[in-house]
Amino acid sequence: MQFRHKIAGGDFAKAGNAAISVKKVLSQLNINHTIAKKIVIALYEGEVNVVAHAWSGIVDVEIDENQIRILITDKGPGIEDIEQAMKEGYSTASPQVREMGFGAGLGLSNMRKNSDFMNITSIPGEGTVVELINNFRPDAG
Amino acid sequence: MKISDLTNSLGLEVICGQQGLTNEIRGCYVSDLLSDVMGTAREGDIWITLQTHQNIIAVASLKDLAGIILVKGLVPETETVEKSNSSGIPVLSTSLDTFTIAGKMYELLKKE
Ligand SMILES: Nc1ncnc2c1ncn2[C@@H]1O[C@H](COP(=O)(O)OP(=O)(O)OP(=O)(O)O)[C@@H](O)[C@H]1O
Ligand SMILES: [Mg+2]
Repeated sequence: MQFRHKIAGGDFAKAGNAAISVKKVLSQLNINHTIAKKIVIALYEGEVNVVAHAWSGIVDVEIDENQIRILITDKGPGIEDIEQAMKEGYSTASPQVREMGFGAGLGLSNMRKNSDFMNITSIPGEGTVVELINNFRPDAG
Repeated sequence: MKISDLTNSLGLEVICGQQGLTNEIRGCYVSDLLSDVMGTAREGDIWITLQTHQNIIAVASLKDLAGIILVKGLVPETETVEKSNSSGIPVLSTSLDTFTIAGKMYELLKKE
């Protein structure tokens, strides 16, 4: 099963919609609740990062019997130093975004903690691609 | 304990999301940082915050939280009310500040 979600930078009203729709699909597929919750947290944070930090993005979701793979591809400023961005507390969020309670600098770390595999590639000035994979069976690769 | 039990014992006002009043409360989390809630709150927690915008409903429903309490008499924004009603995440309001309502909640949950 494959589907795609578009994200508009700055559109906080719709932030979380991709995660909400994936949550519904996983529950219809009877995926283990604990496993589903983790991937949904990771996706939510990735989605909000596009809204908060980039200009536009696409979420591609691929689900088979073993795993869910999510690719979040955005056009945006990119991330110069990924290691620094991953550090808890590091954030370049604007004051307006912080006022809404975003910008704690915890999103990427939540994504790492809640995924089995995470890979970020980014070209400064162009955009960022985040890949997330979660296995449905805890013992699988 | 259900959300509806809280409204009486803590004098909370139910603002929206009435369908969720039967949600079972398992714990409580206090934070105004959304990604902190995403990372740390547990399923069935009631969430005490001063954030009133619509993203709190997405966070609460993705995390399967029991409901949200807004402090200091704050009221949710219109979009928050709409999303609360459509997703069944109840939003309650207290005139108390965060410290005081969290303390009362702690006493209540300790007895469970
Ligand atoms: N898609 C992205 N495009 C550009 N920069 C990004 C992107 N995602 C993350 N970043 C950069 O990495 C930093 C850390 O991201 P992280 O998600 O951990 O925290 P945050 O978004 O600032 O705050 P929080 O997620 O806690 O609300 C961001 O402040 C931003 O500088
Ligand atoms: Mg973030």
